[in-house]
Amino acid sequence: MTQLALVIDLNVCVGCHACVTNCKQWNTSGAAGALTDFNPYEAEPNGTFFNRVQTFEVGTFPNTETVHFPKSCLHCEDPPCVPVCPTGASYKRKSDGIVLVDYDKCIGCKYCSWACPYGVREFDEQRRVMTKCTLCVDRIYDEKLPEAERKPSCVLACPPGARLFGDVHDPESVVSIAIRERAGYALMPEHATQPANHYLPRRKTGFTIRDDELYRADNPHKIDGAPFDRDLPPTNEELN
Amino acid sequence: MRPAFSVLFLTTLIGAGQGLFLALFMCELLAPASVSSNFLAGGSAIILVLCSLGLIASFFHLGHPERAWRSAMMWRTSWLSREVIALPAFIAVDFAYGLAHWTGFGHTLLIGTVGVVMAVVLFICTAMIYAAIKVLKEWSHPLTLVNFTLLGITSGMTLAAAYAGFFAPDLTVPLSQAAFVLTVLALLMRGASLWRNARLTPASTLQSAIGIRHPRIVQKAQGAMGGSYNTREYFHGKSIKFVRGVIVVMILGVFVLPLVLVLTLPLLAFVLQYIGLLAERWYFFAEAKHPQNLYYQGNS
Ligand code: SF4
Ligand code: SF4
Ligand code: SF4
Repeated sequence: MTQLALVIDLNVCVGCHACVTNCKQWNTSGAAGALTDFNPYEAEPNGTFFNRVQTFEVGTFPNTETVHFPKSCLHCEDPPCVPVCPTGASYKRKSDGIVLVDYDKCIGCKYCSWACPYGVREFDEQRRVMTKCTLCVDRIYDEKLPEAERKPSCVLACPPGARLFGDVHDPESVVSIAIRERAGYALMPEHATQPANHYLPRRKTGFTIRDDELYRADNPHKIDGAPFDRDLPPTNEELN
Repeated sequence: MRPAFSVLFLTTLIGAGQGLFLALFMCELLAPASVSSNFLAGGSAIILVLCSLGLIASFFHLGHPERAWRSAMMWRTSWLSREVIALPAFIAVDFAYGLAHWTGFGHTLLIGTVGVVMAVVLFICTAMIYAAIKVLKEWSHPLTLVNFTLLGITSGMTLAAAYAGFFAPDLTVPLSQAAFVLTVLALLMRGASLWRNARLTPASTLQSAIGIRHPRIVQKAQGAMGGSYNTREYFHGKSIKFVRGVIVVMILGVFVLPLVLVLTLPLLAFVLQYIGLLAERWYFFAEAKHPQNLYYQGNS
């Protein structure tokens, strides 16, 4: 069983909103029609987005960290938004686990958006239907695209590569390895929705330098076993 | 949650309709000598009007009302879908009940029993729409079921007393008394849910929402400048003063004034109780705190 998902590395995200704009661009240009925008150039811009980046400040000044937090549908393995839908417009695909809304069936009752704990569904005020991240289902299987581009728009757009895409049920996929090796976690586990998307936590970045590295113990001039003397001035090779 | 006005009207109107049906059928069952067929047929007509108005109101909630028929599809999993089937079914049985009385067709006890079952089923479906939303702790509790049912029956009984005041005077007193007792009962149960909801601890925190275990997290940006569906749909956006005012209208309207008036002026009691119920339903939405609100605490 495949379960496609995004893994978002909060240690890498710089909060540039490139994923937001590329998501909007791709999805507003699709067959399903434009994503609504009201007052796009006025004081109170407002519209439909499938993906947003929020910013939080953690800690007390001056010891604070700024955390940028991209937020889109998590394609839950047990999605509470699906069984409540009265029309069947909201459904989870068996083949790849993507949760989708059929815009031709949706009556715009908004009930699904009440059931999702994460607030990632957005009712489109012009099309009058519920919308949300499609995991770019209209890109990832498109054989007209070069294989490297059969990925979600947001993933392709991310400059520092904070967004990974793959099958979280395949233990050898890039996303499974990232979750395993970098302590990937799910949002609001208390609601038992089993989100497929995971987030990678912030990490302290640093490395240790040992003395013998500074003095280049591997310098060929030193491999004959002659005792290492700290007080000797560095050789030319060592300086280069 | 932001109160959805069409839903306030839908649930209060059909609740009163179902309650009135139960009251009328009880009259036919327990005091057949005091009720005429025309009285029961007229009552059924009132129920028909109430429920049809509710049905019409519900269409205003939809983005695509012309596709409303599709909402009957997923009755296996969705309580909303079940309600969409149960409401017209109840209206149909009520219509048959009234028609049977009006034309003298008979079998009214049989049709009425089916109607009672449908009324109860409809109460369950309506309440479960809310009680089934697990992420809303205020709603996800048996008290939601109890209150939707009890408040519907109570308002229907008050309406029955008012109606009997005009066309079946013998029944006014017992119906008013029943409405009085039900109002007291409803006060206790709604009070219990208000008490419970005021003491709930949310299941989620900002820490679990973004997965960062630090006691001090402050939101700096929501990812939108002019608000979004998230800031519109899940917040009632009214001041504390306004909310307190709604609570006062609810307590006076649904409980206190009808208790004072129902034995003497049942029609006025019903009108006030209905207005109170609109306030009650408004507050039912407003008091539910959605976990997604954790992502929308600030913008600087
Ligand atoms: S994140 Fe929300 S909308 Fe997406 S699958 Fe989970 S419950 Fe449904
Ligand atoms: S808004 Fe559309 S997708 Fe959501 S529950 Fe209603 S019909 Fe289903
Ligand atoms: S997967 Fe596609 S639809 Fe989903 S957030 Fe990324 S770009 Fe938007």
